[in-house]
Amino acid sequence: MKYLDEYRDAALAQQLTREIHRVTTRPWTLMEICGGQTHAIVKFGLDELLPEQITLIHGPGCPVCVTPVGIIDQALEIAARPGVIFTSFGDMLRVPGSRADLLSVKARGADVRIVYSPLDAVKLAAQNPAKEVVFFGVGFETTAPATALAVYRAAQQELKNFSMLISHVLVPPAMESLLSSPNCRVQGFLAAGHVCAVMGFEEYVPVAKKFHVPIVVTGFEPLDILQGVWMAVQQLESGRAEVENQYTRAVRSDGNQMARQMMMEVFQVVPRQWRGIGEIPRSGLGLREGYQAFDAAIKFGVIGRRVEESPECRSGLVLQGQIKPHECPAFATKCAPEHPLGAPMVSSEGACAAYYRYRRQPN
Amino acid sequence: MTAINMCLAIPGKIVSVSGKDPLERAGKIDFGGVVKEASLAYVPDAVPGDYVIVHVGFALSRLDEDEAKKIFDYLKRMEELSELKESTP
Ligand code: SF4
Repeated sequence: MKYLDEYRDAALAQQLTREIHRVTTRPWTLMEICGGQTHAIVKFGLDELLPEQITLIHGPGCPVCVTPVGIIDQALEIAARPGVIFTSFGDMLRVPGSRADLLSVKARGADVRIVYSPLDAVKLAAQNPAKEVVFFGVGFETTAPATALAVYRAAQQELKNFSMLISHVLVPPAMESLLSSPNCRVQGFLAAGHVCAVMGFEEYVPVAKKFHVPIVVTGFEPLDILQGVWMAVQQLESGRAEVENQYTRAVRSDGNQMARQMMMEVFQVVPRQWRGIGEIPRSGLGLREGYQAFDAAIKFGVIGRRVEESPECRSGLVLQGQIKPHECPAFATKCAPEHPLGAPMVSSEGACAAYYRYRRQPN
Repeated sequence: MTAINMCLAIPGKIVSVSGKDPLERAGKIDFGGVVKEASLAYVPDAVPGDYVIVHVGFALSRLDEDEAKKIFDYLKRMEELSELKESTP
């Protein structure tokens, strides 16, 4: 497949790996932000190709994993109401709330449906005027343009029976929060290519400068990731801390202007709770005043409660890159994809699920 | 249940385009044989034959052919360079 297979070429990957070995003289710790990158790294064993001095730690870039239990509980409460069609991306259905998940609420008779695009939920609302259609709007800057247009369309069509439960999160504030932690081991970042395809990468420039960390905007295929590592290591070895773009075929410095405009039309920046990490100021998106009629939390009067996570789940440490998934005592024993204790085991982008799938026996 | 993964954004080729209103513009996108509909609202310049990155039913970015080649050109030059070095004593 074009733009896919050629970036998986084994010979070229080896060539890049040799380059990385050649330029590496000291130990360096890099963090990839995006769960899609984590998945590719573990699946293709890219970390095992790298010199021993290079450690890759897996960042909080899985939106399923960082959605707080309190919001999942709100979703469950709304989905269980009569007359509601609750719509969501498929990967949210098995994320455990404090007592249940969407799939079990569905099994008990709630009308929970998986949609491919948020626009499908708007269509459902138009087709079912007697029902309340709610969409679970989660995700990073990559899904926000889609949910923004869905809300905008619903407003244009004056749909009174459509609303969204929103828990959008933003990547750069999370990076800053990680870097500000005294336990931070990260010396360089592979930034998430598709987030940057939307947002561009100008906002990373002050972050790279303030914390003196190289940030390389990186794609998702093996060659992309290896090239991203290579660019970051070269910066570290020469003492530079700049923002560079590996993923030039998809990312321009100012991102996608139309998508950004639509996001800013519908959303405003708000503080957000991150599962396993805590509240991060200015790290999420919520509906602007003019669109609050579409806010499901207001419409259904569900108030966010802070809920304790399962005490056995170490997802907070995993999401901050302080431990690897298989270092969690519950990994592959009490916690597995069929009965997850924490969100990183649910989504295939979650670090715990990626390790479970590809690396049950850590070496 | 097919897992629909919200993170996965993949490249596909635009087969056809429909809709006049910029926000209503949509296209059929071919992902290596599987054809799906996606909104083209955010890639106003994209035309059939272009490759786009699609995420949750939205094309987010048009792929740039020239930029896409760069890494391969670079690796090829490196290869030639190292062969050159090996062949000169
Ligand atoms: S293995 Fe399971 S319990 Fe442990 S951190 Fe991961 S999700 Fe939580």
